[in-house]
Amino acid sequence: MDKLIVSPSPHLHAKDSTRSLMLDVVIALIPAVICSVVFYGWRELLLLAVSVATCVLLEWAVTRFLLKKPSTIGDLSAVITGILLALNVPYTLPWWILVIGAVVAIGVAKLTFGGIGQNVFNPAIVGRVFLLVSYPSQMTHWEKPQGLFGVDAITGATPLSAVKEGSLGDISYADMLFANIGGSAGEVCAIALLVGFIYLLCRRVIKPWITLSIFATVALTSLIFWGINPERFTDPLFNLLTGGLILGACFMATDYVTSPMSVWGGVIFGIGIGFLTMMIRYFGSYPEGVSFAILIMNSVVPLLNRAFKQRKFGRK
Amino acid sequence: MARRTFSIGGVHPHDSKISRACAIEVLPTPPVVYLSVAQHIGAPAVPVVKPGDKVKVGQVIAEPGGFVSAFIHSSVSGTVKSVGPRKDLAGNSQTHIEIAVEGDEWLEGIDTSDTLITDIPEDNKAILDKIRLGGIVGLGGATFPTHVKLSPPPGMKCERLIINGCECEPYLTSDFRTLLEKGEQVVIGAAILKQVLGGVPCTIAIEENKPEAIAHIREVIASLEKVSPKFAGIEVLSLKKRYPQGGEKQLIDAVMHRQVASGALPISVGAVVQNVATALAVYDAVQKGKPIIDNSVTVTGECFPHQANLLVRVGTPLRYILDYLGGIPEEAAKVISGGPMMGRAVANLDAATLKGTGALLLLTEAQTRRRPETNCIRCGKCADACPMGLEPFLLQKLSRLGDVEALEENAAQDCIECGCCLYSCPAGIPLLDIIRLGKGAALSAIRARNVKK
Amino acid sequence: MKVLILTIAIITALGLVLSIVLFLVAKKFRVEEDPRIDEVEKVMPGANCGGCGFAGCRAFAESAVKAPDLDSHFCPVGGNDVMAKVAAILGFEVKAKAPMVAVVRCNGTCANRPKVNEYDGFATCKVKATLYSGDTACAYGCLGCGDCVAACQFGALRMNPETGLPEVDETKCTACGACVKACPKAIIELRNKGPRGMREYVSCVNKDKGPAAKKACSAACIGCGICVKTCTHEAIVLENNVAYIDYGKCKLCRECEAMCPTGAIHGINFPKPLDKEAVKARIQARQQKAREENNKEA
Repeated sequence: MDKLIVSPSPHLHAKDSTRSLMLDVVIALIPAVICSVVFYGWRELLLLAVSVATCVLLEWAVTRFLLKKPSTIGDLSAVITGILLALNVPYTLPWWILVIGAVVAIGVAKLTFGGIGQNVFNPAIVGRVFLLVSYPSQMTHWEKPQGLFGVDAITGATPLSAVKEGSLGDISYADMLFANIGGSAGEVCAIALLVGFIYLLCRRVIKPWITLSIFATVALTSLIFWGINPERFTDPLFNLLTGGLILGACFMATDYVTSPMSVWGGVIFGIGIGFLTMMIRYFGSYPEGVSFAILIMNSVVPLLNRAFKQRKFGRK
Repeated sequence: MARRTFSIGGVHPHDSKISRACAIEVLPTPPVVYLSVAQHIGAPAVPVVKPGDKVKVGQVIAEPGGFVSAFIHSSVSGTVKSVGPRKDLAGNSQTHIEIAVEGDEWLEGIDTSDTLITDIPEDNKAILDKIRLGGIVGLGGATFPTHVKLSPPPGMKCERLIINGCECEPYLTSDFRTLLEKGEQVVIGAAILKQVLGGVPCTIAIEENKPEAIAHIREVIASLEKVSPKFAGIEVLSLKKRYPQGGEKQLIDAVMHRQVASGALPISVGAVVQNVATALAVYDAVQKGKPIIDNSVTVTGECFPHQANLLVRVGTPLRYILDYLGGIPEEAAKVISGGPMMGRAVANLDAATLKGTGALLLLTEAQTRRRPETNCIRCGKCADACPMGLEPFLLQKLSRLGDVEALEENAAQDCIECGCCLYSCPAGIPLLDIIRLGKGAALSAIRARNVKK
Repeated sequence: MKVLILTIAIITALGLVLSIVLFLVAKKFRVEEDPRIDEVEKVMPGANCGGCGFAGCRAFAESAVKAPDLDSHFCPVGGNDVMAKVAAILGFEVKAKAPMVAVVRCNGTCANRPKVNEYDGFATCKVKATLYSGDTACAYGCLGCGDCVAACQFGALRMNPETGLPEVDETKCTACGACVKACPKAIIELRNKGPRGMREYVSCVNKDKGPAAKKACSAACIGCGICVKTCTHEAIVLENNVAYIDYGKCKLCRECEAMCPTGAIHGINFPKPLDKEAVKARIQARQQKAREENNKEA
């Protein structure tokens, strides 16, 4: 005891830090990462490595040399962006395209706004959407994969694009649940993603409202349309299990920075994402709409934060 | 029935009550005591002794300096050495009365025996006088003069007396030990307060992490009920453990399901809250004629080898207490007067205890060092934790910008400074530090407006 | 081609209609104001620092135009030059004010003032001041978090990492007074800049009694009063154990500086360093002479 430390109260702090929270998200993504590597082989691992490395390096370089501030890579948020981006592209994507996507994600969507906490849009989704509109053919090229252990029962086109083209073929729901379908890496294994989601809930990193309201809205909207015309519109279960909805709802829509803070704001946010997703899927020209739906709803988050506030103590 | 607690926010820090098994021990009287004239909220007391005066234990040495103020009594017998400025625990200059201890001679009329007196006097005015003359202030932390709180403004009626035995702050155990060891006195004190307030029902609220205290007080009430009907209508309520349950507004919400409006007093919803230690002090003053001259202080901390609950004479230098328990360990980096959530960090160990000093907590650097501030990640944990339903992330921003109008609109003035926001922030933003500035600005804006009207 | 013509035509028409609307709106909502406000604002520095006591240069101009004279208006940033222009526009007499500069009255450097506590919270003096008296035993001195530096809009203040005290860059200081307001300990004072910047001041505000002050900081003013006795111009007053030099009366003789036992009195911008011994000898000789004269009279 040399000098007494003096500071305003409180004198204790909870153990959570930005880094520990982000680490939990990384841990929650591990099942999905393992799954995707098992089903898509080493190339998927290469993509993950390229994506994470680009995100982290770019963030380090920009904060260090351009912004001249202490580097923020220690908070692991760039790692998450990297993983999510890699899980959101086809495993056949040339690695240099992925580098461009990572640069857009971190450089444009995150750091230009001021780094972590300041970005309006989810960086990984911005990266993905940028690639989707810039390299449409590579981004929708789904090839029959060579799995790590010869797991190769995966069809070429994603179920959603198959439906757009008018032929679903015979993919069962069980196939979708257990990664037996075509698609970008992270879209495919619903179970692995849900395991990660439950982990995040147990660790109290995120609250379930956003995710649940997305699921509920997607289910309800498709139930109505499917009920009206089962020939033209796909059924609710199909919509829940395909096209990265689970990945988006569990990991991207729940990103702290780009989602509303209050429970009711989150519910409205989720309803918006669910509804927009279904509208794009049913009536849009893209087979998949989760990314666009999240981006659109990201832009109204400030309004939702303003509109839905907690009731203050002793006030009406 | 679902276990009761307050309705908004709150956090669950580890309760760390490592001194709970330590019985209250009497600290030997120090050679010199320093009694500050500002031991309560309101106007400082005015000294009525001068250097050279001989004083006895319990003798008035300073008189109230206004309506909201309190008497100060000598906590020792001896000679007044000086009356003048001395540094308080924050290092700021404050008038202190220095008394050199000689023997331990008590003023006549103070009953120093251990006999329990269960007969409560009938005359409420006389009781209030005794409370006022006993220099009793709220010992839960705010040190608001008790007699003022017991005189509801005209037109307001008390419907329930709540005795606050939550002790929701981590580490603190002095109220818990008081409930266990002086349960009878606390209940009699509660009965006195209850009678003064017009015989309203009384709830003794205790958090469920103190089952021994809950069981003991229930027994005490049962046995006292047989003695006199005055002890009827006192119940013990077990509350879910949650910080800041002991906050006045939160406790009323938990017990009565009523929320005190912004800027209003608890009496506006019919509640009067008194702390366990205050109830004990009321018993001492009314039944024994003993003013506040000592109080129990928890001295604790993981780095501190000797946990203790001590009965300390008011005005004892902090260093004397710590030295009695073996001195300050090398690892200790911060000494806190009070609990870790709302207590004040001590800048000057030569300062003396006050009536309201409930604990001395020693924390190591690893336990208490603030994390470097990083960007807000908008996780909303601060808003979830705020027991007043405020948005700390927003208030801190407005506070930095100095936007007083917006601060007031977003109820910065309602902040109770419980520290939940700063406690829960994963980005290490000193939320409360900054919000305090904004709260002050908002309050002075409101005050300025009210004056104009 | 048809499309091109159509586009041009539509855009032109739209532009015409909108300009008419704009013109009408501007006409309808036109606010009549004194044209001199704009003129005055033009000659103002435009820093909007609030140093004059108004919300900004515009507010200053609005008020100055209505004022009966310019006594209550002074732009510390622009100084006499700007005020002369303002007075010319408004037709007032020019009254020159002596240039001022911010002076930090604390010399409690890390070496002079040993630290006994360490602050660990939101690093502003304002928060620190509400919490406790500061990291040293001196309850009056600089808290060192740099609220003044943050308040300065002209980059005239910087924290010296070695001393832990703010330093004023006199060439940049405009004496707007923002730092004076920002300092919770009221250490910074606006003082007359003095001839060629030369001035004497007491660099301490510690109101404690001598021994306590001295114990807290080796450079403290201990209120001994030697300077008051030394000064032949009655420029120094001792109040609450601190000496204060009235710059209106100070003749810059530097005698007090030489005699101060703790070095709390600072003289700056003097061409030559102070030769303490020579000044002391001069004072002694003078006092000797006075005593002799006294004796003679007696």
